[in-house]
Amino acid sequence: MTPEPVLEIRDLAVDYGYGASPVHALRGVSLTLHKGEVLGIAGESGCGKSTLVYAATRLLPPPGVIVGGEVRFHGDDGPVDILRMTDQELRAARWQDTAIVFQGAMNSLNPVYRVGRQLTDAIAAHRPGSSRAEREERARELLTMVGIAPERIRAFPHQLSGGMRQRVMIAMAMALEPKVLILDEPTTALDVVMQRQILEQVMELRDRLGFSVVFITHDVSLLIEVADHIAIMYAGEIVEQARASEVYRQPRHPYSHGLLHSFPPLHGPRRPLAGIPGSPPDLQALPSGCPFSPRCPEAMDVCTDVHPDLGPTAAAEPGRRVACLLHTEGRTLPASLSV
Amino acid sequence: MSAHVVEPVVKPPGEVVLEGVGLTKHFQLGRGTAGTVHAVDGVDVALRAGQVVALVGESGSGKSTVARLLARLHLPTGGQVRLRGEQVTARRGRAFRAYCRRVQMIFQDPFASLNPVHTVRYTLTRSLRIHQPRLRGVELEAALRSLLDRVQLQPDRYVEKFPHELSGGQRQRVAIARALAADPDVLLADEPISMLDVSIRIGILNLLQDLRDRLGIAILYITHDIASARYFADVIHVLYAGHVVESGDGESLTQQPAHPYTQLLVRSAPDPEQLGSTAPTGARGEPPSMVRPPSGCRFHPRCPFATDLCSAREPEAFPIAPGRSAACWGYAPDGTADRPDLGAAKVEVAP
Repeated sequence: MTPEPVLEIRDLAVDYGYGASPVHALRGVSLTLHKGEVLGIAGESGCGKSTLVYAATRLLPPPGVIVGGEVRFHGDDGPVDILRMTDQELRAARWQDTAIVFQGAMNSLNPVYRVGRQLTDAIAAHRPGSSRAEREERARELLTMVGIAPERIRAFPHQLSGGMRQRVMIAMAMALEPKVLILDEPTTALDVVMQRQILEQVMELRDRLGFSVVFITHDVSLLIEVADHIAIMYAGEIVEQARASEVYRQPRHPYSHGLLHSFPPLHGPRRPLAGIPGSPPDLQALPSGCPFSPRCPEAMDVCTDVHPDLGPTAAAEPGRRVACLLHTEGRTLPASLSV
Repeated sequence: MSAHVVEPVVKPPGEVVLEGVGLTKHFQLGRGTAGTVHAVDGVDVALRAGQVVALVGESGSGKSTVARLLARLHLPTGGQVRLRGEQVTARRGRAFRAYCRRVQMIFQDPFASLNPVHTVRYTLTRSLRIHQPRLRGVELEAALRSLLDRVQLQPDRYVEKFPHELSGGQRQRVAIARALAADPDVLLADEPISMLDVSIRIGILNLLQDLRDRLGIAILYITHDIASARYFADVIHVLYAGHVVESGDGESLTQQPAHPYTQLLVRSAPDPEQLGSTAPTGARGEPPSMVRPPSGCRFHPRCPFATDLCSAREPEAFPIAPGRSAACWGYAPDGTADRPDLGAAKVEVAP
């Protein structure tokens, strides 16, 4: 049985700025999120990970402009294109279909309201028929679900620790039982122990409630552990897409390979690491051809002329796509990319 | 070493350069009776020439406070800082500047630690002029270039740049160059890579490692990432709630963590090798309040092995192997009443 898609992003393109020379922050990104799956999006800062999900949920603030593509959400009544919804439809669909836990979620709570009120807010807006007592009951249930004592419904955000505030945010996102939960760097401000606790909780909830997760982070090692599929982004494009375990054991793009050899392992042999030379590109002055070519150890002459498209790998492995000219016919892959 | 490009003299390794003995820092909350934050309590740390010592811990564990105490940016509530065996009393003025020349600090955020209106040339020249006032003209220029060379930035390309024209990694290199301008014996690096992109972090660590080996600088590396401490540090101290709970060499401490907290830390760290077999860590609870820290062992409310002894008395650092110790009652000598049983989690104690 093939898994059903929940969210399909097709050729999404986003520019920042309206003038004669807008910055192309996202250039033709396509992704599919399946039911019950955890899709990880990894990349360095400024590669467009957050722009991608904000555009897909139409939360992109100006001067961000969606210049093309479509985002199909497969709800109970067939697929709809989020980018072509009217404001009213969008308002009804938000939080109900897709909910987001924002970057820096610890600061996303309103400091002057008790968390209970903030939790019931979305329920009140989307279920106008519900009574106050029902909403309160649901809020208590949500807090228990994320491992916070239900009495804390009366607490103000400042009375909670960072980890607890983050859990409140997750509880809030779960309020309407969305089909898609988007986590935008949810644990960056937290310590490893707390990060682990929270991720274990989210994954357990996913197993129980069966929603899909889009997980954005720059921490690739974490992503490989929790995600089913991974898309690696560089300079506003997806450069490699595959199952998490495949990316880790057999990266096919030189950038993925570099990224995976940038963090020291906690176990296994100690080996000297090199990272990736140079720094992430300036989106306003992208190099011609492949945007990664100036930093790429395998760059060929053709790389500075021809822009690679996302396509099958050299060995045509099923379910894997890579955007690298090394995978065109007639080229030999370096040993590091053909394991 | 003068300002000229001179081959560095490698100091004999193992000599203690900077030492904190029984460092304690309490911060007063408000005025009078609001309480005190027990940020650091009785921490011993010794930095040796040509060696990297890592302090690993969660936020709020007091690791940055230790660095600031060693840099004399905070004055300790108790304990001493010793530079080459002599107690440091400098607080301000000439004596403090002389101390700064020996002990330099690198901060976490390279976007905030460089003045945005000054070029790299100005930032570095100023540091050189402050610490080596006699340097002028050609000599100054040569010193500037050798500094940039040392942090692997081509002088011609970067000397006239403003901070906003540099990437995070390049800025951090400039910040390191500025610290090196004082020709210090000790570098205190407070989370030097946590604000940088993943792909360039290793470059900065390799640079610091190279400075340690070539110049014989003693480095204190503060981090929350135990995997990078394993890669980079010779000695690791694990801090929890202002106490050192475990110390040891980088390799054996991370491969065979002894203290229950270190074990939790190692299990919680992301590890792609554990793919598919992610056993729940059983982590529970939160770091304690530092205003009213728990009695006895500060980890006991979260520790799965805690007994009454743990909540009653604070454990000392028990030796478990040459160069390793753990502050946990589970490693107390045989015959200790009510000793917690760590079971399979206990590391074999070398006689």
